[in-house]
Amino acid sequence: MPATITPNKTEQERKRRVEDHDNGSGRRPPTDKRTGGGGDNDNWNDRPHGRRGPYERLHRYRMGIFFALASDLMFFVAIVSTFFVNQSTGHFDAYNHYVNEWLPTAVPPILWLNTAVLLLSSITMEIARRNMFRETDVMDEWLGLGKPITRRALPWLSATIALGLLFLAGQWVAWRQLASEHIFFKTNQSSHFFYLITGVHAVHLFLGIAALLAAFTGLYVSRQLENRQILVDSAAWYWHAMGLLWIFLFTLLAFFQ
Amino acid sequence: MNFNQIPNQIPHQKENPVEPTNPVPSSLHPLHYLFTTDHRIIGIQYLILALVSVVIGTILSLLMRIHLVWPDWPLPLHGPILPEDYLALVTIHGTIMLFFVLTTAPQAGFGNLILPAQIGARRMAFPALNAASFWLTASALVTLLSSTFVLGGSAISGWTAYPPLSAIASAGPGQALGMDLWLISIALFAVASTISSINTLTTILRNRCTGMTWERLPLTVWGWFTAALLSILAFSVLLAAILLLLCDRHAGTSFFLPAGNLVNGVLHQGGNGSPLLWLHLFWFFGHPEVYIAILPGMGLTSMLLANFSHRRVFAYRTMIVTTLLIGLLGILLWGHHMFVAGLNPFASSAFSISTMAIALPAAAKVLSWLATIWRSKPRYTTAMLFALGFVSLFLTGGLTGPILAQPILDEYLHNTFFVVAHFHLIMAMAGIFGLYAATYYWFPLLTATRNHPGRLMSEPLGRLHFWCTLAGAYAVFLPMHLTGLAGEPRHYSQLTGIPGPGGSLSPAGQLLTPTLPLNHFITYAAIFLATAQLVFIFNLARSMHKGNFASSNPWQATTLEWHATMNPFPTHPASDTSDISVHRAPGQYQSNKDEVSFLPQWAPVPFEQDKIEDVIDTKPE
Repeated sequence: MPATITPNKTEQERKRRVEDHDNGSGRRPPTDKRTGGGGDNDNWNDRPHGRRGPYERLHRYRMGIFFALASDLMFFVAIVSTFFVNQSTGHFDAYNHYVNEWLPTAVPPILWLNTAVLLLSSITMEIARRNMFRETDVMDEWLGLGKPITRRALPWLSATIALGLLFLAGQWVAWRQLASEHIFFKTNQSSHFFYLITGVHAVHLFLGIAALLAAFTGLYVSRQLENRQILVDSAAWYWHAMGLLWIFLFTLLAFFQ
Repeated sequence: MNFNQIPNQIPHQKENPVEPTNPVPSSLHPLHYLFTTDHRIIGIQYLILALVSVVIGTILSLLMRIHLVWPDWPLPLHGPILPEDYLALVTIHGTIMLFFVLTTAPQAGFGNLILPAQIGARRMAFPALNAASFWLTASALVTLLSSTFVLGGSAISGWTAYPPLSAIASAGPGQALGMDLWLISIALFAVASTISSINTLTTILRNRCTGMTWERLPLTVWGWFTAALLSILAFSVLLAAILLLLCDRHAGTSFFLPAGNLVNGVLHQGGNGSPLLWLHLFWFFGHPEVYIAILPGMGLTSMLLANFSHRRVFAYRTMIVTTLLIGLLGILLWGHHMFVAGLNPFASSAFSISTMAIALPAAAKVLSWLATIWRSKPRYTTAMLFALGFVSLFLTGGLTGPILAQPILDEYLHNTFFVVAHFHLIMAMAGIFGLYAATYYWFPLLTATRNHPGRLMSEPLGRLHFWCTLAGAYAVFLPMHLTGLAGEPRHYSQLTGIPGPGGSLSPAGQLLTPTLPLNHFITYAAIFLATAQLVFIFNLARSMHKGNFASSNPWQATTLEWHATMNPFPTHPASDTSDISVHRAPGQYQSNKDEVSFLPQWAPVPFEQDKIEDVIDTKPE
């Protein structure tokens, strides 16, 4: 459960507003209820704009990340559909025989290890993320007792960066192994997809590592707890999504060739 | 009675208003306006970009029309228009109009200017991303336009860029570097639109003010919301398709290239891909794209018709549902673009059914529009006229939809001007009418500064503009149905005058000669339609400096963007601190024989229940 320094009077007043079809029983929309964090008049008026609730900005960024990931999911859906279409597409040769030239690419065994590394990195990331919201530490920071949150989260974040880089190095090794077997991007249809899917996923992980490094820097530089929480939280959700995506992509490459 | 009274005339102030007591220095550095994260200025930037694009796109379309009827006419500084030039005109016209005008202006332009104010938010969720999105869009436009000047000219594949011809550089003059630039431009645009949509969705979901429940959201916001959802889903699929096509062009793959492909005299042996796959991916994006262009206009039309006829929107909740339903069905019917491409006939039937299904929510919308204005006494302002024009064009263009949704009829009509007429009426013209309605309606908000209130556009000029545009739009696109039925094909640079075998007129030429008088008429009408837009440009330029000052709520609107402190460019920044909350759904009007009154969304409830029941039917619909 994330920590909050809870202000009093967070609840909307419940009154009967008959003129608005609200008899006060709490069952009847539409009431003048709180609708979000960023708009006007949501009982946080004594704070400057954009700082109205303890998690207003955090939730906004999280939502942005989720929409971006939904869009990214469609990107991979398109590529995976292409994979299945191309896999089942053949053509008629000069003798009117239907030929399907799909030659499955055997995945290098190191990918299993890489997958384990990526899963492990997701776990360290989640530990780092949860450390950002420990109530006692938040309280300590609020009282001005140093930056215990940074102190706790940094090692886990560093471990995530190291594991992420290890995964990318492992992918590089996998590509080298395939290349040594003379399987390149251009070799055949299946290899197109192997390199394309792993390559595009690696590009996403590079972006993820950039985000992790930004969070790393932020943990050092930023004195505002909220900024640090947002940086780590956003990077974490992105990282988890890339890990989950890799499981699907790896399953596809390993078992659905 | 606490309803505000509506005067009969459009209220405006002739004389200069009183200077605010505490004027804020408005002379910021120009670069501040260029690289700002202020959503209102970004909205203006988008609108300027769209205006530049629409001028270019219109000139290109006129060149096409002129070339079709006077093929020998040499373009000054260029020479005769060759077939590849004509195809480049088709490509750039379509790309510019669809992406940089019909997607950019309603969704990003007015979406930035008006949307936050309509939900009672003072800023958007991600201002920096918003600015980044604009600059990506601008660089996409520059990339697209620069492709004209590279070796071979710009791409000639049409805005759909079908492989295999778009995948092979030797397929035509513009298919080398020009095609690459086209693909890069659209990829940039896809990224920009996705970012912009993330911003829009998060803003709507998280930044609404108190009381702005989902059912009270103006229908324009619902339009922007649904269009942003579609953008999130569709544009990344396009991005993936472009990545695959670039691989086909440069990395030796063959995702879209079939085996034994003879292009321009060269046999391409390798390849085991399918051009149909591109069609699927492209139209999975392309059809939602059409709804991205039109949904904000639909929402605006609903709101404007209610506003000017002083009625509530008929069946408000149903309108919300139909907006979402159009969005949902819009992503399920891409196959109707592929009836003649070699689609499985069973798939064609399925797509035919889903296409006809979308006629239901669309028809519900038209019925609601008609019911809203039925027997009301609307004020026929220019904005209202354009909203009515939207309904008319949407209906006319929409009626040919179920015809084209029949695979068997589409077989004949698909590559003819019938389809050109259909989508220009329902998407291009209706979309542009929505944009004009938005411009005339929101002009006071765009022109307000800290020193003076907003200005109104000239109504007489606006009415002249409307009637000329409406007549021009129908004069151009109705006859195209007829030439299409007569067999006039799309994408052909020259209809007649091409010698066939044996030196006589080609059979196609003989078929099309009877359509020439009608084609001449269409070209004259197109020139008239384009000329009529000069009235608008003049009105815009003149009203920006000399237009009458508008009162704070000149149209008696009930939505929040007309709240004094929600004005994009507020006259009294000091009042910025007052709080805004929403108390009711938009469009609360009451009219009797003598007078009309209205209750804005932001007005607190000043009277008792029995009084409100006298005034408004409070039963939920």
